[in-house]
Amino acid sequence: MKCKLKIKGLDCANCANELEREIQKLDEIENATISFMTERLELDFGDNNKEEVLRKVKKVIKKEEPDVTIEEA
Amino acid sequence: MKKKGIKIIIALILFIFAMAINFENVWINNGIFILSYIIVGFEILRKAVRNIFRGKVFDENFLMAIATIGAFAIGEFPEAVAVMLFYQIGELFQSYAVDKSRKSIASLMDIRPDYANAYRNGNLEKVDPDEVQIGETIVIKPGEKVPLDGRIIEGNTNLDTKALTGEALPREVGKGEDILSGCINLNGTIKVEVTKKFGESTVSKILDLVENASSKKSKSENFITKFARYYTPAVVIIAVVLAIVPPLIIEEASLQDWLYRALSFLVVSCPCALVISIPLSFFGGIGGASKMGILVKGSNYLEALANTEIAVFDKTGTLTEGVFEVQKVEVAKNDNQNETKGFVQNNTEASISLNNEMESARTYTSLITQEELLKIASYAENYSNHPISKSVKKAYGKEIDEKQIINSQELAGRGIEAKIGVQNVLVGNEKLMNEKEIEFTKCNNIGTVLYVAIDGKYAGYILIADKIKDDAKNTIDELKKNNIKQTVMLTGDRKEVGEAVAKEIGIDTVYTELLPDGKVAKVDELLKTKSEKGKLAFVGDGINDAPVLALADIGIAMGGLGADSAIEAADVVIMTDEPSKIISAIQLSKKTMKIVKENIVFAIAIKILVLILSALGISSMWQAVFADVGVSILAILNALRALYTKA
Repeated sequence: MKCKLKIKGLDCANCANELEREIQKLDEIENATISFMTERLELDFGDNNKEEVLRKVKKVIKKEEPDVTIEEA
Repeated sequence: MKKKGIKIIIALILFIFAMAINFENVWINNGIFILSYIIVGFEILRKAVRNIFRGKVFDENFLMAIATIGAFAIGEFPEAVAVMLFYQIGELFQSYAVDKSRKSIASLMDIRPDYANAYRNGNLEKVDPDEVQIGETIVIKPGEKVPLDGRIIEGNTNLDTKALTGEALPREVGKGEDILSGCINLNGTIKVEVTKKFGESTVSKILDLVENASSKKSKSENFITKFARYYTPAVVIIAVVLAIVPPLIIEEASLQDWLYRALSFLVVSCPCALVISIPLSFFGGIGGASKMGILVKGSNYLEALANTEIAVFDKTGTLTEGVFEVQKVEVAKNDNQNETKGFVQNNTEASISLNNEMESARTYTSLITQEELLKIASYAENYSNHPISKSVKKAYGKEIDEKQIINSQELAGRGIEAKIGVQNVLVGNEKLMNEKEIEFTKCNNIGTVLYVAIDGKYAGYILIADKIKDDAKNTIDELKKNNIKQTVMLTGDRKEVGEAVAKEIGIDTVYTELLPDGKVAKVDELLKTKSEKGKLAFVGDGINDAPVLALADIGIAMGGLGADSAIEAADVVIMTDEPSKIISAIQLSKKTMKIVKENIVFAIAIKILVLILSALGISSMWQAVFADVGVSILAILNALRALYTKA
């Protein structure tokens, strides 16, 4: 399963790349891409429960970049 | 952003004030410096403190905080403020540029319709396009966007298709024609029967495609991400070593001097300008391409286009119109005038000239004129639904008086035998002529030839062929000028037809009589012949060639607005029917790649140079901060060039 989210509040492209890497580290995530230019976060979470995945992703974001918010596109 | 700008201006004024007026009391001066620093740098300090607790030591906020506080500590007050001030100016400029290009793309893609005028309980109401069902009638007034794909059932108008196709001239449409969502209705009110749901409509597909374009990252982006990952820690570690080791091992080395050099290092440790300039260039390139009616599905494809080595084209619908048209009408010449009693006429002009080949005026005798030949053939073909018959009737273009068709009979695989008025007419291929023992002159032109005989006498022929697109030849010429090593054409058509088309437009290699899986096999073979870095681009019209589009390094679908499968299967979608757009796409890709390379080389070179000079103690912190911010601004300005490319 894949989903697309709006991601707001990113300071810079490098921070976006780092956040992307941290999200990718999650076991439930098969692939994650952040586009700094279009402010999109694309997640491929395989067969995992979407709610559960989003909760974990939000946790990572809160730890890495507290000013960043995500919402369903 | 505005708030940040004001802070920077206040801080800058205080900074210049303190620099210009050297107060006798150093502490007044330093106080102003510190005030200026806090105004401009508070946000950075706050984030830096927060990040230390998270263990993020290579965070740029933290690094900037260390560099500036360090400078204060060794008594370099003006430098400390300058570093923070110019770092913030660079950041502000960066967010301005990003914002501007985001907006520019957004306005480009401002094709999302807000509402549709649909009938609800007999009244015309504005409703969400999402709620409109297939088969409903909607009304589109002048100035409104076409909200859903549909067919006009009433009215005429001109449509502005610029946002979709990059085409500046409006398109005239009338009853019975299909129109695409995303166009703007210019002057007439039209009633449209909806043929697709909003989610399936052209406008949704395009928006979706553009919004997702940057999620496929290019190699250059990945390179720079990786570079940034090692660059910052490396610079920071060297800075620490510089601050500690030389003062310990070199006797006359002063701790303050080396600390200063180490702090200069930190100033250039932030890779952000470099990191942002690459996706910004690609973003600009993709945006520039959509302005021209070329949709690129990802940075990686834009990057690959620049390395195109082999360009493979499908024939029908890509290089040719895919529509059969009468190309030539030739009447039989008669050498022996004695044989043509009663029918002799003098033709002093070629009355029909198709395919832009103006036949020179000539005088000879023949049975009938070209116009009459076409007329007779149209009458004979009147009841046939074969595409060939349709094209003959279309070329004749006049009403057919069916009373004159006494009878007409289709002879399968050969043609038609008919009685038109008093004349017995035969229209068909070589077989038919041979069968009826009619002497005729064989036509060697490429295409489908219809021979016409009247009352047992050969009267002439009509040549019907698929028309080559106007810009096809130019496209192939330009491809060669753009260093494409090989151009290939694949077609399911007959050998003679395929080879003739290839020859006319100057294609290097042609493979004919291919079935769809044959095309896949050929592309597979060609993929093996290219160099490692080179890319193979396949250009098709998206009908039946989805497997080939997927197999090629870059699958380009043309006139993609028509075929549903094309937008999904292709990597690049050309919205118009012009093959020449491929040239624009390749040139834009090359321009973008040049900008990307300039930025990578330029930014890395300057950073390394400043690092070396700082380590040697030649350059000061001043130069470091100017070099760093200067590089950022130049790289961003350079990246923005990709967006402003002329079609």
